Amino acid sequence: MSPLLTVENLRIELTTRDGVAPVIDDLSLSLNAGETLSFVGESGCGKSMTALALMGLLPEKIGRVAAGKIIFDGEDITHASPARLREIRGNDISMIFQEPMTSLNPVFSVGEQIAEAIRAHQNLPRKAAWNKAVELLDAVRIPNPKGRAGDYPFQMSGGQRQRAMIAMALACEPKLLIADEPTTALDVTVQAQIFDLLTDLQKQSGAAIILITHDMGAVAEMARDVIVMYAGRKAEYGPVDAIIEHPRHPYTQGLISCVPHIVSDMTEERHDLVEVPGIVPSLKDFGRDECLFASRCQHRTEECMSKRPVEKHFDNNQIADCWHAEEL
Amino acid sequence: MTDLLNVENLTVRFEVKRGGMFGKKAHLYAVDDVSFTVKRGETLAIVGESGSGKTTAALAVARLQDAYKGRVELDGDDILPMEGEALRQVRQKVQFIFQDPYSSLNPRKRAQDIVQEPLDSLSDKSKAEKEKIVAGLFEAVGLRPEQMRLFAHQFSGGQRQRIGIARALATQPELIICDEPVSALDVAVQAQILNLLRKLQKDMGLTFLFISHDLGVVQHMSDAIAVMYMGKVVEHASRLDLFGNPKHPYTQALLSAVPTVDRTKRAEQKRILIPGDPPDPVNLPKGCRFAGRCPVAQDKCLGEEPALVDDGKGHRVACHFA
Repeated sequence: MSPLLTVENLRIELTTRDGVAPVIDDLSLSLNAGETLSFVGESGCGKSMTALALMGLLPEKIGRVAAGKIIFDGEDITHASPARLREIRGNDISMIFQEPMTSLNPVFSVGEQIAEAIRAHQNLPRKAAWNKAVELLDAVRIPNPKGRAGDYPFQMSGGQRQRAMIAMALACEPKLLIADEPTTALDVTVQAQIFDLLTDLQKQSGAAIILITHDMGAVAEMARDVIVMYAGRKAEYGPVDAIIEHPRHPYTQGLISCVPHIVSDMTEERHDLVEVPGIVPSLKDFGRDECLFASRCQHRTEECMSKRPVEKHFDNNQIADCWHAEEL
Repeated sequence: MTDLLNVENLTVRFEVKRGGMFGKKAHLYAVDDVSFTVKRGETLAIVGESGSGKTTAALAVARLQDAYKGRVELDGDDILPMEGEALRQVRQKVQFIFQDPYSSLNPRKRAQDIVQEPLDSLSDKSKAEKEKIVAGLFEAVGLRPEQMRLFAHQFSGGQRQRIGIARALATQPELIICDEPVSALDVAVQAQILNLLRKLQKDMGLTFLFISHDLGVVQHMSDAIAVMYMGKVVEHASRLDLFGNPKHPYTQALLSAVPTVDRTKRAEQKRILIPGDPPDPVNLPKGCRFAGRCPVAQDKCLGEEPALVDDGKGHRVACHFA
């Protein structure tokens, strides 16, 4: 079986005031139907930009695909026409955005908004599309879907709005669902409901999911594979369990250990959290031929400052872009 | 150890109108009959979901929000009725670190003036003294002296939160209320700020009231925890008791909902899903507020509101079946 989505050496450039900056630099990945891949990293690392590129939604005139291929279902969509992209978006690839408050239209009821997506892609009459919207709201477990379909976004709670967003994204039974921080704005108990819902829907429909998040815990619960992004480049790529067990890139190690986790054997003693000093470099430094993490890394050597690290492959399918991956 | 802060039966209510201009007035009890204590030099965390009343409770303790009823004792004195000069003196002892470092710093002021502002308005120190204090604070929170003359927009998010911390420390307060101090920051920066807060607490003997919805952060920072749901404290216990042996079904659900990287923990715990949404805060149900979503609710829960009961060892729970 060939993978549903293959990305080969993708490079995306943004035109900024300081010149052209590669926000995604040499990214490759593959994703099979029914599987979940997760992107993690701090803000400004290019996670959302990858999602926008997959959707063909890069900011016009500012962002462009400079090199590489995005092959979705056997078709290279980097050079697809706007009309073809419009067909794919919503139909085959759809997206759940971070802020359920701002990504729904406040002046249309949620039922109308879901029905609109259905009518745009499936040529159904108004009434049938509305009925389908109600079914979808039921599928995402909104109580009394018939009555609630006429509600406006402000009449719903944050969790319900996010579920309405998911219903909209699922309207045309996409093959690939991109969820960009779907639960960051929500409480933990609601987050658990949404994750459960996504897992169930994935089982039923066999869709592939790309989950973008900054929470390693969420990755561990949801995904099979993970890509750790840093400054537009892949830092580490591989199976989630292997990477959490033994991260080979110092940035991944930092991301896991800098967050206080709830663990089963809790003690009175609490050690200081591991700090990753400094912040993500600014866009204008992104293209340099060196390890961009070097300035924040405690394992840095001469090599890191002078050459971009090459991929190191390990037996368990783990790939780390670090000169010292074997020793770590 | 003695209690620095003792909150008793604190109630904060807001007036809301229902049904248009001539609609009936109703009251929303954002904080309803809440009691908790914080020992000197320790950290009490208040956790709960959005809308549970944790921030409102903190604002009332800092006298930034009027309370309807109750007592807030700081060092044995009730600060709720205080006014004028007495209140000004108390404000020196209670300071606040805000959630969003982007909107809580004045964009037109230099960093040193932002940090000095509480001293200007609350203390009678001389100019030279104040400058010395500000310089010391910059060092204490890990900022360089040359950064004192910069404006807020010239700092990163983590640095801004350091300025917010320095400002809170300016009047040498006894109690610092941290309202979600790291939730607006990136994970790597979060660790820096949390370590700084713990270091300052150790060095200066500070007492924290720590508001957060992130249970991972809470277990790392706190000595005791109060869990709030719909304006009520449902469980109040020491850190190890609460995380090791949660008794209220809401606390259990909350803890089980946190995604974890610890594989053994993930294997042994079953996620307790609580269906539905919290009840309408203006029209609260008669019995337990959690009953409608509770997996173990019985008839008694619907009719009778449970009180917060101590088990004799300081673990307090408000549940009929705990």
